Amino acid sequence: MAKAAILSYIKRDSLVHELTGTTKLIFFLAWSIASMVTYDTRVLICMLLMSAVIFKVSRIRVRDIRFVLGLAAVFLVMNNLFVYLFSPEYGVGLYGSRTVVLTIAGPYTITLQQLFYHLNMTMKVICVVPVALLFIACTDPSEFAASLASIGVSYRIGYSVSLALRYIPDVQREYHNISQAQQARGIDLSGKDKLFTRMKNSVAILLPLVLSSLNRIETISNAMELRGFGKNKKRTWYRLRKMKRNDWIAVAFVLAVLVIDLVVTFWDGSRYYNPFM
Amino acid sequence: MKKLSVKSVVAIGIGAALFFVLGKISIPTPVPNTYISLQYAIQAVFAALFGPIAGLLIGFVGHTLIDATSYGPWWSWIIASAFAGLVIGLVTMKMDINEGIDTKKIVRFNVAQAVAHLLAWGLVAPCLDILIYSEPIEKLFAQGLVAGISNILTTGIVGTLLLVAYAKTIVKRGSLNKED
Repeated sequence: MAKAAILSYIKRDSLVHELTGTTKLIFFLAWSIASMVTYDTRVLICMLLMSAVIFKVSRIRVRDIRFVLGLAAVFLVMNNLFVYLFSPEYGVGLYGSRTVVLTIAGPYTITLQQLFYHLNMTMKVICVVPVALLFIACTDPSEFAASLASIGVSYRIGYSVSLALRYIPDVQREYHNISQAQQARGIDLSGKDKLFTRMKNSVAILLPLVLSSLNRIETISNAMELRGFGKNKKRTWYRLRKMKRNDWIAVAFVLAVLVIDLVVTFWDGSRYYNPFM
Repeated sequence: MKKLSVKSVVAIGIGAALFFVLGKISIPTPVPNTYISLQYAIQAVFAALFGPIAGLLIGFVGHTLIDATSYGPWWSWIIASAFAGLVIGLVTMKMDINEGIDTKKIVRFNVAQAVAHLLAWGLVAPCLDILIYSEPIEKLFAQGLVAGISNILTTGIVGTLLLVAYAKTIVKRGSLNKED
């Protein structure tokens, strides 16, 4: 297994980095909700532009996240393709009119309405991508548990998340070691073997991984129990920062976006902005 | 809600880390663009060992991390993953794997995972997709069917083998005899 390219925290000096984890978490959640709710083209265009500006401010370079953008692009193309193959007339039903641009073959015609639907669907996904990526790239993982707790999530769950972030590299290394050892003994996971054999082979790697993980769980939970984890209702966090002026501005901004998004989207009683009527 | 025990807190953390790592590894299948999702086998095993809340949160946290580090979170599928873990945990709740495993328990585990994945990918994910992303129903159910069947097969084969192998490593109570 080649070392998989995985997005992680990128330390830079920027306005976005300076915000507390809590602010970024609220921003990310509100932004996701705003983009999920709306199908209004005008709102989506505004959100897309704003997310581009935020990305610029963060001083994360496109180069840093190139592989992630590649994945997102492949995902979007596939998704659009499948939607079109399964129902080429979906947009027509949605927007209630039909303007044919091009006829390919059989039921596959290209209509303006279908194109417009694809445009909206794509924008809906794209406008979350920069914010989601920035959330991961600009938030210090050790601050993350503290921010979860500060928006009201039980600190036990917050602690689980920070344990997950802490142990991902360890588990990854362990998986790598085990799989190399098993490959040296002739166990293959690649396409050369039959599917069922491949599945059976994967057990030879997963079983040591699961057993060592269960040991790890035992060790860590004993250590935490010894230190009195979970005794009190609340706990403090080493990496918790106070909200500053910029944090409040950012939170106010994203809440305003969410409210405007809801108002504009549902003003005329429909989720869709329809330029064909 | 009953408070999570320390052990569950850690199990969720490590389980989610495993879910994430395995989710990033793709084992190809003959069907293009479909991969064996080994993470669901692990999730099912952990749900059976540590209960429904652990299953739910392992799916939710693990899947969110996978999505957020690739192309932004696709919430409907994240919720479906969490739902699958919850159902498996609920159905297998009272079966104590640490007391050994028999055919009855294996059947129960597999019924649990089949029901869970069928509901998660055949119902929860497509319905949320319609609600959130308003995609055509035919596409969503076709997609859900493929994902569901492949997850049921993976969990059924890999998960069951893991569970049986794990149960064998545990020394049963009363397995020591006093020598005469």
